[in-house]
Amino acid sequence: MDQLLAIFVRAIFVENLALAFFLGMCTFLAISRQVKTAIGLGAAVILVEGITVPVNNLIYTYLLREGALGWAGLGHLDFSYLGLISYIGVIAAIVQILEMALSRFFPALHQSLGIFLPLLTVNCAILGASLFMVQRDYDFVESAAYGVGVGVGWALALIVLAGLREKMKFSDIPAGLQGLGITFITAGIMSMAFMAMAGIEF
Amino acid sequence: MIRARDALLNPLIDENPVTLQVLGICSALAITNSLYSALVMSLALTSVLAYSNVVISMMRRHLPASVRIIVQMTVIASGVIIIDELLQAFAPETAKTLSVFVGLIITNCIVLGRAEAFAAHNRVGISFLDGIGNGMGYSLVLIAVAVIRELFGAGTLMGAEILPTVSNGGWFEPNAMLLLPPSAFFIIGFIIWGIRSWKPEQREQPDFAPLAADELRGD
Repeated sequence: MDQLLAIFVRAIFVENLALAFFLGMCTFLAISRQVKTAIGLGAAVILVEGITVPVNNLIYTYLLREGALGWAGLGHLDFSYLGLISYIGVIAAIVQILEMALSRFFPALHQSLGIFLPLLTVNCAILGASLFMVQRDYDFVESAAYGVGVGVGWALALIVLAGLREKMKFSDIPAGLQGLGITFITAGIMSMAFMAMAGIEF
Repeated sequence: MIRARDALLNPLIDENPVTLQVLGICSALAITNSLYSALVMSLALTSVLAYSNVVISMMRRHLPASVRIIVQMTVIASGVIIIDELLQAFAPETAKTLSVFVGLIITNCIVLGRAEAFAAHNRVGISFLDGIGNGMGYSLVLIAVAVIRELFGAGTLMGAEILPTVSNGGWFEPNAMLLLPPSAFFIIGFIIWGIRSWKPEQREQPDFAPLAADELRGD
């Protein structure tokens, strides 16, 4: 239990995907103008990360990893080189299913999250989390904790950045830094703040 | 008709994928703390980009719009798998330092963005040049950031000592901050500032313009 909590907290603060590994930057910079949309996108990311990381863990453990096909009597096969293409396929499929399920059962939620879901297929934070999960050899439960953790961490960073940018609308920024430039510098300062949490240990 | 020279050279500064189109920033920031990994990453991305542009351009007349994206993703993913396997076979150390970032070329928005915006409508030859051009534009930013970070962060370039550091009996006190993630944000921010001061047409309009002094008096 302690270990799960450690994975979860590390994924949010210490190894924040947006601020320490720079994943999902395109969306991070593009959709952080308003806190309201940032919250919508953040929720979508938590949902998708929380589902895709454990599912990719199952795929890796029971289909791809060396000796994973032992249950089918094919223990000598190693399909791990098909990893990348399988994970991205799984992510695309899950995002599609999620979109259909949401529009059928939770139309209100679909209204608010709908526009962000298709974007998430090509968000590196989603694929990145699955790749880190494989690299660090998490088991199923750990990968679930990790998936939700990175989702929360990414959403947190996005919402904080959106809040800062809303305040910054009224600041007098040099012409060349306007927009993208100042957003980078703000994100850099945020990243420094998050680095201060590197000492958190459980 | 887009001219070959424009397709090749425009993405370098005028339409740079990283600083103007805000594409592919993830890896531009993550692996730039040493020049060597930045060079390998640039090479990997440029070859994937050229390959995927060529293949997608060849298929452009046969691809139904509804399954377009997923076919493009598959083409890109296959290219990335080849690069990944090559790296692991011939440069296992580099593959380890780049860790997941080679795999993340798949979701690098430059690749899918150029496939959608350019290769899907243009002939094979020019798509190839566009791929190389955008790859070079990306590499330019990556290498610039990596040179600054490695030279001033560790006093070395490609692992060879340029500025002798204090710990090795020299005079240079390395700024370790430059090796940490936040510095990459600052450096790219300043590069954007520089480019936009040089080419004012790339500037963004502010959301609110400050009022002039006589408007403030309000009569």
